[in-house]
Amino acid sequence: MSGSRTRVIFYTVAAVISLAGLADATYLTVMYLTGETAVCGGSATCFQVLGSAYARIGGIPVAAFGALAYFSAFSFAIFAAFGYARMRTFFALIVCTMFAMTLWLLYVQAFLLHAFCRYCLFSAAVTFLLAGIAIAIPPSHKRSAA
Amino acid sequence: MKRYFPFIIVVVVALVTLASGTVLYRAKRPSVLTIPKNAPVSGSDGADSIHIRGAASAPVTIEEFGDFQCPPCGKLSDPINQLEREYRPRLRVIFRHFPFPNHAHAREAAFASEAAGLQGRFWEMHDLLYREQSVWSEAADVQLLFDSYAGMLGLNIDRFKRDMESEQVKVRVASDQNHGAALGVNTTPTVFLNNRALAPINLNPTGLHAAIDAAMNATPPP
Repeated sequence: MSGSRTRVIFYTVAAVISLAGLADATYLTVMYLTGETAVCGGSATCFQVLGSAYARIGGIPVAAFGALAYFSAFSFAIFAAFGYARMRTFFALIVCTMFAMTLWLLYVQAFLLHAFCRYCLFSAAVTFLLAGIAIAIPPSHKRSAA
Repeated sequence: MKRYFPFIIVVVVALVTLASGTVLYRAKRPSVLTIPKNAPVSGSDGADSIHIRGAASAPVTIEEFGDFQCPPCGKLSDPINQLEREYRPRLRVIFRHFPFPNHAHAREAAFASEAAGLQGRFWEMHDLLYREQSVWSEAADVQLLFDSYAGMLGLNIDRFKRDMESEQVKVRVASDQNHGAALGVNTTPTVFLNNRALAPINLNPTGLHAAIDAAMNATPPP
C-alpha cells in the first residue's frame, strides 16, 4: 500500500475517533450548562472530579475546551486526509496539546483528587489513540526523500 | 468538486454537533421555580423564606417535612416532583426541613441545600441530595461530597462553604423544624395537603394522586 493511501486511512480513522471524543466532551459541556447532575448518578468519584475546581478554567468547563480541541482535531484530520499538507502539522500540534492536557488531568485525578471520572478516562483513552495515530502516520514522500 | 468535500464534512459535523447540543440542552434544562421570599402558606409566620416549586398561586399545596437522609423521603421525592409537573399549574410543592438527630449527616445536608438556595439552586440541590442519598449517607467525608455537588451545580464553592457554616442557614433549618414541631410533626416524611396531614399509608404515588384529585375537585378551577 502506498504511503499516501496509508496516510489517508490513518487520518480518516483519526477523524472518526475524534468524533467519539467530540460527542463525550459536548455531552459533558451541555450537562454542565444545564446543571444536570444525573450524569454522575451513583458515582461519588465522578462528582468529586466534575464538581472540583479543576473541572473549570475561568468559569468555563474544561469539557468545552475539550469539545473545541476534538473538533479541531477532526477538522485537521479531514483536511489532511483530502491532501491539505499543512493541516498535518496542525493535526500533530493539536494532538500534542491534547496529550499534554490529558496527562495533566490524569495527574490531577490520580494525585490531587484521588478520584477518577469515567467520562474523563474515556476522553483520555481517545486522546491516547489519537496520539498513537499521529505517531504512526508515515512521513510524506517529499520529506522522506529529502 | 472534491476539494470542497472537507469543507462540507467539517461544516456538517459542526452543525450536527450544535444541533445535538441544543436539543440535549432543551431536554435537560431545569424548569423549577424557587421563590425566595415568603408567600402566605400554611402556618407560615411570614418572617422566613420558604421553598416553593410550582405556581405560587396554585390552589392545591403539598407541604412536605423531610429529612434528606431518610430513605422513605428519598423514595417520595421523585413521585412528588412528577405530580408537580403533571398537575402544573394547579399544584405547588413546599419543602420544609425536619432533620432527625439520629441521622448523622441530615443536618449538614439540610445546611447544604440552604447554602445552595442562597445562590438560587435550592431545588437542584434538594433533588441531588435525595437522588444520591445512598452515596453520601455512607461517605467518610460528607463535606467533600457536598462541595462536589455544589461544584456540579455551578455554585461558587467558597461561598457555598461559608454559607453552610453561617447562622443564616442554621436559623432557617431550625425555623422549619420548630414550625413542624408546632404542627405536631414527629416523623418524616410528613406531608400536608392543603394544611391537612396525609395518613402515612397514602404516602405513595397512588395515594398522593387520589388525595390531590380529591383536593382539585373540591377546589373549582379559576
